[in-house]
Amino acid sequence: MNKKTFLSFPYLLWMVAFIVIPLFVIVYYGFTAMDGNFTIDNVKSILDPINLKSLWLSLELAFISTLICLILAYPLAMILKGMNMNNNSFIVLIFILPMWMNFLLRTLAWQTLLDRSGIINTALTALHLPTIDVINTPAAIVIGMVYNFLPFMVLPIYNVLIKIDNNTINAARDLGANNIQTFIKIIFPLSFPGVVSGITMVFVPAMTTFVISDLLGGSKILLIGNVIEQEFTVSNNWNVGSGLSLVLMIFILFSMALIAKYDKASEGTNLW
Amino acid sequence: MANDKLIDLVNIRKAYNNNVVLDDLNLYIKRNEFLTLLGPSGCGKTTTLRIIGGFENPDSGSVIFEGNNITKLPPNERQLNTVFQKYALFTHMTIAENIAFGLKIKKKSKSYIQDKIKYALKLVNLDCYENRTVDSLSGGQQQRIAIARAIVNEPKVLLLDEPLGALDLKLRQDMQYELIRLKNELGITFIYVTHDQEEALTMSDTIVVMNQGYIQQIGTPEDIYNEPKNAFVADFIGESNIIPSTMVEDKVVNILGTKFPCVDTGFGKNQPVDVVIRPEDIELVRPEDGIIKGQVTSLIFKGVHYEMGVMANGHEWLVHSTTLSPVGNEVGLKVDPYNIQIMNKPASEDEEAVIVNE
Repeated sequence: MNKKTFLSFPYLLWMVAFIVIPLFVIVYYGFTAMDGNFTIDNVKSILDPINLKSLWLSLELAFISTLICLILAYPLAMILKGMNMNNNSFIVLIFILPMWMNFLLRTLAWQTLLDRSGIINTALTALHLPTIDVINTPAAIVIGMVYNFLPFMVLPIYNVLIKIDNNTINAARDLGANNIQTFIKIIFPLSFPGVVSGITMVFVPAMTTFVISDLLGGSKILLIGNVIEQEFTVSNNWNVGSGLSLVLMIFILFSMALIAKYDKASEGTNLW
Repeated sequence: MANDKLIDLVNIRKAYNNNVVLDDLNLYIKRNEFLTLLGPSGCGKTTTLRIIGGFENPDSGSVIFEGNNITKLPPNERQLNTVFQKYALFTHMTIAENIAFGLKIKKKSKSYIQDKIKYALKLVNLDCYENRTVDSLSGGQQQRIAIARAIVNEPKVLLLDEPLGALDLKLRQDMQYELIRLKNELGITFIYVTHDQEEALTMSDTIVVMNQGYIQQIGTPEDIYNEPKNAFVADFIGESNIIPSTMVEDKVVNILGTKFPCVDTGFGKNQPVDVVIRPEDIELVRPEDGIIKGQVTSLIFKGVHYEMGVMANGHEWLVHSTTLSPVGNEVGLKVDPYNIQIMNKPASEDEEAVIVNE
């Protein structure tokens, strides 16, 4: 064992203690009943109509949020590339800055903004405009997700876009492609790894979140994350909670497999 | 002849943030010509090429192509193609897809495109490379694919922006011959940008020497080498002795206090001039046979010849000779009259700046 691998030992210990062992604990709980006997009922409880509905809603909202993030982020990344800033870290700073504020606080702020008697509605009333009723709806959750996860979409796309040599784009123009053809045939395909990376980094947390749905969806809207959380905290049923977690993990592993396939340069991992 | 001009650049001016790159540039390119824009970095040669290609818009002036003003035309509507400095191949496509790109945009038929790919790969000696990826090719191969990708579109003009800059010496020389062959086979006009004077001399029909946004001289490689118009050109194209002198009268020039016979006339009497003598044109003879006497101060073996420094009349002369004369030897220097190139002193401040910078 050389010196460097020796230095990694504490980290290895940390990983085993706080990642590998808990994972096995979840697998253990997931496949055992309360009395400790083997069962697959916990995993099968995903087929319970309420849980299935939550899973489907989670998928739906995560999909919508990811799509909105992509639609917002791509043009934004293009604009940032066009600005030709020498100092890339400045851009990164602008996007990371809000993330230095507590995630809960930022989401709570949205609660205050969207509340029936919140800032937005107060302003609308003052302007004699009809008020909006968004809080405690799926729309509010989507707003919260897009707001919180947008930087995770912008940065990986921006990172691949700035690596595209301008002469590659010039070459396409030179060979007769107009701006739209250049985008479809050259720029977008070359930025695809960044897009995949961004989608994964937005989709996975959006799929698993329970804080955003808790704060902005009231207690009416249950995402799969909320269901799992309640199994642990309210029902005190760790077995079913673990079983459902394992199902959710399949979706995450699928996303990870996607990222591993397309994003060899790990464009966005600098944020995690 | 007006219709001989394929491209005509008229009064082109280009500045980036008050930094003037091209100032009132006028240049025309003839049909089927191999024209090289030659100069040090920052001389405006690449900017000129990019203006012809349509990637930059001049601040003023116009680009005329076959009699039509194309100054404002975007690159995709111009009948010319570019080979970029670092090849700029599309890394997400195979070689065949790269070459087919321009043809697919023009909606050519599948069989036409297939034939063209085969033809182009044969032309650049890379048959059967259709399905390779860009990353699996060497620099020289990528360069040839970049050329193939450009020429399948049958452009009237091929623009080449230092295409050999990233290649090693041997490969560069091979590619130079390859480019000359391509030019002859295709019969199209080449506009070539380089800072390598040897490359320019080897390949060009016409060389345009540029410096600081100005054209210093336009001519055939022989003209540029043998009759440089000013000290910058003389110094940039090959090695030379550039000595401030006085033209005593027609056919007599006073170099460092010694009168040399020359062949130039019409400079007037007692006129200050610059004299250029190529190191290989100086003959080493016995001290009593030379026009001036000197002492060998340095000696380097260069393969084909020896490079010697000879101190004579207070100036260190650079001499290339196949005969060796050891350091410290007394020698005579002799120059044939027609090998003395007389140049007017720089007239404009811009030319002056060049000399100060050296």
